Amino acid sequence: MSEDKSFESLTDLHDALNRPTSVKVPVERVFAPEVGGEIFDANSRKRHPATATLTDQPEPTNHRDAVKRSLRSRPSQSDSIFKGVSLTAGVTTVSIMLAVGIFLSLRASDALQVSGINFLLEQQWSPETGQFGIASVIFGTFTIAIIAMFVGVPLAVGTALLLSEVVRGPIRSFLVSLVDLMAAVPSVVFGLWGLFFLQAAVIPVSAWISTYFSFIPIFAVEDGSGARLTEASAFTSSAFIAGIVVGLMVVPTQTSVMREAFSQAPMGEREAAFALGSTRWGMIRTVVLPFGRGGMIGGVMLGLGRALGETIAVYLIISPIFTINWEVLKTGTNSVSALIALRYGEASQFGLSALMAAGLVLFLITLVINFTASSIVARSRSGAETS
Amino acid sequence: MSITTLERPLAGNDGDDGDRSADGHAETAAAPPAPTHIPSKEGIEVGPRRRLRESTLDERFNILGALVAGPTVATLLFGWFTPLTGPIGWVVVAFLAFIGFYILLVSLRSDREEVKDRVLTVLLISAGTILFGALAFVVVYTVGRGSVALPHLNFFTETMQLAGPLDGLDVGGISHAIVGTLIQISIALAITIPLGITTAVFLNEIGGKFARFVRTISDAMTALPSIVAGLFVYAAVIQLITHQRSGFAASLAISVMMLPIIIRASDVVLRLVPGNLREASYALGSTRWRTVWSVVLPTARSGLVTAVILGTARGIGETSPVLLTSGITAVMNLNPFEGPMISLPLQVFDFVKSPEPNIIARGFGTAAVLILLVLLLFIVARLIGGKGAGQLSDRQRRRVAQRSVDDLRRMTVERYVLTPTPTKEPQK
Repeated sequence: MSEDKSFESLTDLHDALNRPTSVKVPVERVFAPEVGGEIFDANSRKRHPATATLTDQPEPTNHRDAVKRSLRSRPSQSDSIFKGVSLTAGVTTVSIMLAVGIFLSLRASDALQVSGINFLLEQQWSPETGQFGIASVIFGTFTIAIIAMFVGVPLAVGTALLLSEVVRGPIRSFLVSLVDLMAAVPSVVFGLWGLFFLQAAVIPVSAWISTYFSFIPIFAVEDGSGARLTEASAFTSSAFIAGIVVGLMVVPTQTSVMREAFSQAPMGEREAAFALGSTRWGMIRTVVLPFGRGGMIGGVMLGLGRALGETIAVYLIISPIFTINWEVLKTGTNSVSALIALRYGEASQFGLSALMAAGLVLFLITLVINFTASSIVARSRSGAETS
Repeated sequence: MSITTLERPLAGNDGDDGDRSADGHAETAAAPPAPTHIPSKEGIEVGPRRRLRESTLDERFNILGALVAGPTVATLLFGWFTPLTGPIGWVVVAFLAFIGFYILLVSLRSDREEVKDRVLTVLLISAGTILFGALAFVVVYTVGRGSVALPHLNFFTETMQLAGPLDGLDVGGISHAIVGTLIQISIALAITIPLGITTAVFLNEIGGKFARFVRTISDAMTALPSIVAGLFVYAAVIQLITHQRSGFAASLAISVMMLPIIIRASDVVLRLVPGNLREASYALGSTRWRTVWSVVLPTARSGLVTAVILGTARGIGETSPVLLTSGITAVMNLNPFEGPMISLPLQVFDFVKSPEPNIIARGFGTAAVLILLVLLLFIVARLIGGKGAGQLSDRQRRRVAQRSVDDLRRMTVERYVLTPTPTKEPQK
């Protein structure tokens, strides 16, 4: 917010210049002779010696009675047009965005009135029979996002530290733009890769984890009767695979936020740590990580927000189910955005309204996460400045 | 004052302050300047410059040894000693063994702090390697599997209208999807560029309470999941107004998604325009509009172009808003207001749902085209942008210098030399 201030002070300055001063100082006419001692006559392009100086200028007697000149300038025509146009753009932007929010809320309220609190508790999704809720899809969304965080955060922190502390020179700027490029790779491409390559490669790993760690409930893969499943088909299309793909997709966002926070750690403290005999890791642990903590948390949360809203990669990989599935390695999970992509086509008006309610809940969750994240990032940034 | 005292620590302490400093000045002025000695290099052996960042032979052998030992252990475990299988498992075991051996080797010669430092450096480098390796692998895998379809020229010139699911790759193509993407992104850009950049200018140049509100709302909208943007257009535009899916509806959905991205990116770029440029412009008496048009926007131009191109790359690749709004078709449709119009990401999505290997190959080919398009946009953005506001290239700097020389000439030489002027400056 500190940037805001410096900038708004400029516009404030402009306003202040156009405002009549509150201190009543009589404004006198200023003569060129008083300033430069010369009169420059532009028309004749000649310089005349000063005809008068400040000392022998007779005191104007009537300056108290002179009509006070207003300092407020009338905005020029181009200025008022500019102000009008940019204000219109701002109003249009806000109205589009408010329209999205209000429209979603209005349409969603139809469905919410029918289901009430059950909307958050019910696992099934059949709006036609009035039995619908987002318990299972929200659970699936968070499962995938949390797995994505477990995959993404170590990679993001490591890469951000690598880019800010280890790599130097042209290689660093090349890698930084590579991270940006990775953020622009379309999600459908990641989805294809996850579906056609990663799934087959990850299944043995899933099987191995479920064999040796099945005493941890979330890693067990069992059928309805509690018998352990070992065949490969039990591990396809799971939240685990979708989480890995989504994790890779959100790493670039997290990396760039974290790298920025890390590189803002003050040079003085870094050098102090080195001067005290610290190794690079010691310096990172005592200087960079504490200074970058806000950026790390913010980056993780921004990535979480993106992971929650990811659609196509998840939709391509998972096989949708409408029950809460704690076994993350087992086939079948769901997410809110995949639910919308799956059901919008065949939905009735009421079904659409139910989907909008689900979308609205997802939007509110990502909104809260994003705002928390950006306030944490902003606060950490200002903290780094004051220190 | 303090400098004087520092230079002359032996100056008399008996006088008062003013006296002493006056004294000091007088003496420094009077003293002959101390001669500067350059020590002669004669007879001094100067060895080759030591490179501080170079790793020692010891360190290099530690890394090499661990690199050999890790995969060897993994290979022994996989198939020889234990029944482990799978390439990913092999990589994980090899990596863990590599880290273990590296710790062992380093700890032979170093203390704990140094072991921690070295291991952490290796871990950071591996995180980067995994990430960039994954990126490269995703791109290479897609382009590699798409390369079956890409050499066929008809892939770029024909549509899927006459190609059945069992037809070979020499029939049919994705020209309709390429054209659809271009039309949709053009409409979306025609909406978002003027609106987004004007809004960003409004946020930065006009300011005030309402601008803060606009900024909050547009920040909030970056959190809008793209599928919800698609759902909004589907329910508000398609169901209520047009009653059919069209390219225009898809453009609207892309616009709703791209607008906050472009506003935010342009906002950041405009913030970087140095305040003293604006103040200089105001001080010269220009109006606010003049300042924006002649100072702020030209200064931020490369950044704004980069922001728009990166937003375009995001918008082109986004599938989910298009999935709900544009409709799927196999024929060329040049009219964005009438009938379904498919785009590249949606075409990928549609192709890979098929079980036919030829269609899947087409899907990968389409994805490769999409990736190459995004890559191209990205490279163009980097070539144009990548510089902060006000940083000029050599050519721009030369042009600016030339312009100010011209101005100077116009103001001085032409005015005072080429026209008759009074011969003598007035005496004081």
